[in-house]
Amino acid sequence: MSSSLQPNQATQSPARPQASPHFVATPLQIFHGQSTRRGSMIGANFAIALEALWSNKLRSLLTALGIFIGVAAVIAALTLTQGAGAFITGSISSLGTNVITVIPGAPTTRGAFGATGTTQSLTQADATALLHIRHVTAVSSIISLSAQVVYGNQNWNTRVQGVNTDFQNIQGWQMAQGTWFSEADNRGGLPVALLGQTVAHSLFDASGTDPVGQMIRIRDQLYRVVGVLQAKGGSFNQDDIVFVPINTALIRLKNSTFVDQIQVQADSSDNVNEVQQNITTVVERLHHIPSGSPDDFRAISSTQLLQTAQQFTQILTSLLVGIAGISLTVGGIGIMNIMIVSVTERTREIGIRMSIGARRSDIRNQFLIEALVLSLIGGVIGMLIGFAFGFLITNATGLPFVITTVSILLPFVISSIIGIVFGLYPAIRASRLDPIVALRTE
Amino acid sequence: MANNDYRPSQDGAQPTSSQDGSPAIYDLATIPQMAVVRPEEAHTTLTSTPIVAVRNLTKIYIVGQTRVHALQGISLTVKQGEFVTVMGPSGSGKSTFMNLIGCLDRPTQGEYWLAGKLVSHLSNDELADIRNRQVGFVFQGYNLLTRTSALGNVILPMVYAGVSRDERERRGRSVLRLVGLGDRMDHKPSELSGGQQQRVAIARALVNGPSLLLADEPTGNLDSRTSLEIMAVLQALNEQGLTILMVTHEPDIAKFAKRQVAFRDGRIVRDEPVLTPGSAKEDWTKLIKKAAAEHKIQVKEETR
Repeated sequence: MSSSLQPNQATQSPARPQASPHFVATPLQIFHGQSTRRGSMIGANFAIALEALWSNKLRSLLTALGIFIGVAAVIAALTLTQGAGAFITGSISSLGTNVITVIPGAPTTRGAFGATGTTQSLTQADATALLHIRHVTAVSSIISLSAQVVYGNQNWNTRVQGVNTDFQNIQGWQMAQGTWFSEADNRGGLPVALLGQTVAHSLFDASGTDPVGQMIRIRDQLYRVVGVLQAKGGSFNQDDIVFVPINTALIRLKNSTFVDQIQVQADSSDNVNEVQQNITTVVERLHHIPSGSPDDFRAISSTQLLQTAQQFTQILTSLLVGIAGISLTVGGIGIMNIMIVSVTERTREIGIRMSIGARRSDIRNQFLIEALVLSLIGGVIGMLIGFAFGFLITNATGLPFVITTVSILLPFVISSIIGIVFGLYPAIRASRLDPIVALRTE
Repeated sequence: MANNDYRPSQDGAQPTSSQDGSPAIYDLATIPQMAVVRPEEAHTTLTSTPIVAVRNLTKIYIVGQTRVHALQGISLTVKQGEFVTVMGPSGSGKSTFMNLIGCLDRPTQGEYWLAGKLVSHLSNDELADIRNRQVGFVFQGYNLLTRTSALGNVILPMVYAGVSRDERERRGRSVLRLVGLGDRMDHKPSELSGGQQQRVAIARALVNGPSLLLADEPTGNLDSRTSLEIMAVLQALNEQGLTILMVTHEPDIAKFAKRQVAFRDGRIVRDEPVLTPGSAKEDWTKLIKKAAAEHKIQVKEETR
């Protein structure tokens, strides 16, 4: 035990019982060899980082703000597009998977949305012909227009659609009162109308009269209400609608022979592909389009429609997220800026830490964790604000408010990446300091 | 420093909490009693492995186009339990030497053994570990973390050593008590006097049980009374076997060491033992008594 002051040997007998109960039995003997392995440095660095951030509260907050705006934008954009996506998906799925929509327009035109109504090529004759295709159970031409609807002194602007009797089946409408108009009504082009819930409420709630049998005015023509539809619920004004027979719409309202689209229902979703091909063949023949030439119409199954819609939402999402990404980059640069200032300000502290045994990696981790915590705080605040914004907007537009795991995890992932990417350079700069120079810095 | 604070508490008068913390002297006084120093043991270790052994240590800085020879082949051995002062004018290379001994820097040439281990060519991480465990630094400017309490500062080296939380707390408190700051552990450095800050720095240097204490002008920022207090602490620690290497340019301070080494132009020009090292504690007592005597006269004059 003669050389117990020597570190090498002291490590072999760390727990030597003290001869004296007093502490000062020379600090050297007591303390040597008791150091455990370096392990929990991350925890210690975390505490150091929090302390440093706390002592610069205002600066930390402002820096975190840079991140928070970006993350809030990402989350709001995600909530919005996810809501829009859910809505579109919902309304297309309500068609059922066995519905094929025929729309005018060249197939080269991208997507269903851009092509609708750009050309006029479909007629009632096409619809009638399609009814004879095998596996087809129902066909309805559809023509849409916007019109002022009046009852008494009540006035409502709504969407008026000309459809036929099959349409009730295709879209699954239930009657609240009265009945769907008859085939005879359609053939004769009689002025009869079906009201959606929203329209019925708007026109008849004030007077309290039973809508069925009443005469309403669409544009300058009188129509007799034959039925009121049950609310479909959901969102986006599905119930804000008036249905009239397709012939009535063509003759009285539109004065045209062309229809906007034809919806065809197959007997089962397994036959959709076959029906779709047959539709193309039949309409090509009716339109005298030689094979190989471009068609002037397009038949799309609801599955394809869904894909197109999802594609559309994806483009929208990436656009919004891209814009938010720019703002995140700006926030990240703000973090880098502040961290560089912080490193410069605390050069002496870094020197002190190095002189008492901090490794370069300790210094680097300290500043890296500081940047990480900074951006994580911004990320969490941004997530909350983003959800709040998303909630407000979706509420105002009637879209569903959707929170997914992705939109909860994304802020953490994004802000961690930003913290590490933009914190790394300042942290490495801090760790590369020469302890002698750093100690001399005032 | 205010003169009228030099009032020994023995004469019954309450020491108005002096800026340099007079009560600390009682803790200091107890150090020798508490220490279990076995002189025979201390002597035998003197013959064992030297704490510091440098051979032909050379450091060349390249400043622009010119090569500056800061150290030109220094050879020196410091044994266990020695108290060495390094003296010399500025530019003599003593700071460079201390940086090398403290493992803050690597020599251009030459070898450096610290406690029997060749450390002159270790990696950065290994040097950091040496600084952490084998060397304790005390600087002229204290170099404490200003936002952290005295205890927090003392704990820091143990954080980097990976000592457990409870052990850090326990050790930190006992070392602060050792240097006489038992009642000021939670004070920030700005709430402490220069002498107290330097004690915190000494406590921090001791906390991982180093083989060597390096003091770079530890009294440079202190008045003469506080300087004596700090030197008394260092002497007490040295008496317990702690090896101390101290840079100073004040002969009044250097006389408390056991050996003086003088540098000039990057070379050792003088290396001799101090035949009768002064006792900082005795000098301090004398100073206090003198000040007290003056103070009493003043009091008489005032009360008359």
